[in-house]
Amino acid sequence: MSALVIAEHDNASIKGATLNTITAAVACGGDVHVLVAGHNASAAAQAASQIAGVSKVIHADSEVFAHALAENVAAQVLSIAANYTHILFPATAGGKNVSPRVAAKLDVAQLSDVTLVLSADTFERPIYAGNAIATVQSTDALQVLTIRSTNFEAALTSSQAAPIELLGHIDEQGLTICKGQETVKSSRPELTAAKVIVSGGRGLGTAEQYKSILEPLADKMGAAMGASRAAVDAGYVPNDYQVGQTGKIVAPGLYIAVGISGAIQHLAGMKDSKIIVAINKDPEAPIFAVADYGLVADLFTAVPELVQELS
Amino acid sequence: MKILVPVKRVVDYNVKVRVKSDGTGVDIANVKMSMNPFDEIAVEEAVRLKEKGFATEVIAVSCGVTQCQETLRTAMAIGADRAILVETTEELQPLAVAKLLKALVDKEQPGLIILGKQAIDDDCNQTGQMLAALADLPQATFASKVEVVDGKAQVTREIDGGLEILSITMPAVITTDLRLNEPRYVTLPNIMKAKKKQLDIFKPEDLGVDVSPRITTLKVSEPPKRSAGIKVPDVATLVDKLKNTAKVIS
Repeated sequence: MSALVIAEHDNASIKGATLNTITAAVACGGDVHVLVAGHNASAAAQAASQIAGVSKVIHADSEVFAHALAENVAAQVLSIAANYTHILFPATAGGKNVSPRVAAKLDVAQLSDVTLVLSADTFERPIYAGNAIATVQSTDALQVLTIRSTNFEAALTSSQAAPIELLGHIDEQGLTICKGQETVKSSRPELTAAKVIVSGGRGLGTAEQYKSILEPLADKMGAAMGASRAAVDAGYVPNDYQVGQTGKIVAPGLYIAVGISGAIQHLAGMKDSKIIVAINKDPEAPIFAVADYGLVADLFTAVPELVQELS
Repeated sequence: MKILVPVKRVVDYNVKVRVKSDGTGVDIANVKMSMNPFDEIAVEEAVRLKEKGFATEVIAVSCGVTQCQETLRTAMAIGADRAILVETTEELQPLAVAKLLKALVDKEQPGLIILGKQAIDDDCNQTGQMLAALADLPQATFASKVEVVDGKAQVTREIDGGLEILSITMPAVITTDLRLNEPRYVTLPNIMKAKKKQLDIFKPEDLGVDVSPRITTLKVSEPPKRSAGIKVPDVATLVDKLKNTAKVIS
C-alpha cells in the first residue's frame, strides 16, 4: 500500500493544509509520497522532503503548472496514479478543483472532506453541513480522498530529508488559459491557519462598519478575519472570507463571532473551534448555543470596549 | 448554443435534518424538499446568458426519483426551455450522476454545462469536475462571474485568497459559487407556463450507464454536541474569562 499526497504550495513553500493531509495519508497505512507539481518549485519540493512521514517527494516542474490549472495538475497525477492505493488532496479550493477530475478518470468514487481514517477503506465524513457524520466504506481498489485539515494534526518537520525524484511533466492540455489572479496580500494570518479569528455577520450593517469595527480588534489580537454567508451575500467582504458549509472550515483556538446569528451553515464551519465567543444583541441567537462565552450587547459599543480593554 | 443545467432535489436549506435512531441515515420523510441553492444560481445564470443572446436553449436535467419533476418544473419556471429527468430509485453518487450527464452531453451537444459547485445534502463538491473529466472538457469551478468573450467563456473564479480569471474553450463545464447572481423570484404566470413545457424521461439503462453505488454507508451518527457555555455580563468579565479561565489570550 502506498499513498500519494498532492501538495498545495506557492512554488517556494508548502501550504499548511498539506501537512494535515500527510497525517491522514500516514493513517491510511503504507508509504507516503508527495507530488509537487509546480513551476520553478525546487524550494517547495525541498520543503516537502523535510516533512516527517514522507518517504519520497516527486517533483514535476514546468510552466504548465504556473497557475495550477485543474486540467494540467489532474493529468500529471494520473500519469503516476497506478502506483498508489490512496490519492489524497487537501480539501481546499485548489484540492477540491482537481481531485474529482482525477477520481472520474480512474473510474473511482471520491470521498470528500474526510474527517477520520478508520481503516484503509473506511472513513468518516460530515454530511448535511456537519449535522450528521457518515461512516463510509469504499468498494474501489483505489481511494481518492480530500482531507478536512482541521480534523488532522499537522505533520512535523523531520531531520532526515526524503529523496526527491524528478518526474517528466505532462503536456499543456491547452483548453484553458489563466488570464490573471487577483489575490489579496494581507499581513493577517491565513483564515484556515489562524490561532484567533474575528468574524463578522449581518449585524455589522455595512462594509464600512465591518472594517471600522472589526479591524481594530483583529489588529489587536493578530487575528484573521472571517465572515458569515449573510455578510458575504450582503457584499461586506469577499467570498474567501466566508466561514461555513460552503466556505472555509476553521478550528482556531479562539473564534470571536460578532453580529452573527449562527445559522446551521455557519456553525458547520466553526464549531470545532476551541473557544467560541459570541457578541450579539439578540439573546435568542442560535450562536449562543455553541458559544463558551456569550455577551448580549450592542456590538457597536461592545467591540470598541473590548479593544480598549485589551490595550 | 445550448446550455445544459443539471439540478438536484435536496432537503431545503432551512430544514435541520435529524439522524435516524437506527443510524441508517437521516430522516427525510415529510421534510420540505427544494432545488439545491447552487443549482438555482446555475439555472439563473443560464437563463441570463440566453436573455443576453449567447444561448438559444436552456435544458434543465435532474437525476433521481419521480418527484425530481417538481425541481425541473421550478427550473423551467425560472426560464429553462425544457427538461430531462433520468429517473431511478437507486441511490445516486456523484460519479454515477456524472456518467449520466456525460451521456446527455453526448446526446444534446451543449456549448456550456452550468451546475452548482456542491449539493447541500452530501456536500460532495464533485459532480461538475467529474463530468468535465469524463467528457474531456475544460472546467471553471466556483464561478463568481461568467461572460462570453470572442467565442470563449471568461470565468472569474473564487480561489483561496482571492480571484482568478480563466478563459476557457467551449464546450466547457462551469460550477457556480454563491456570488454569481441572485436568482429571480418565480412568478405565478411563469409557474403556469412551466407546466406546459416539455419534460422527457429516461432510465439510466436507456443511456447505457451503470449507476451502482461505489460507496457503502455503514452508519450515520450525530456529531458530538457542543454544549452552551455561559453568558457574561460585560466586556470586562469577558476579557477576564479569556485571560484567566480559558487562557486563550495573555
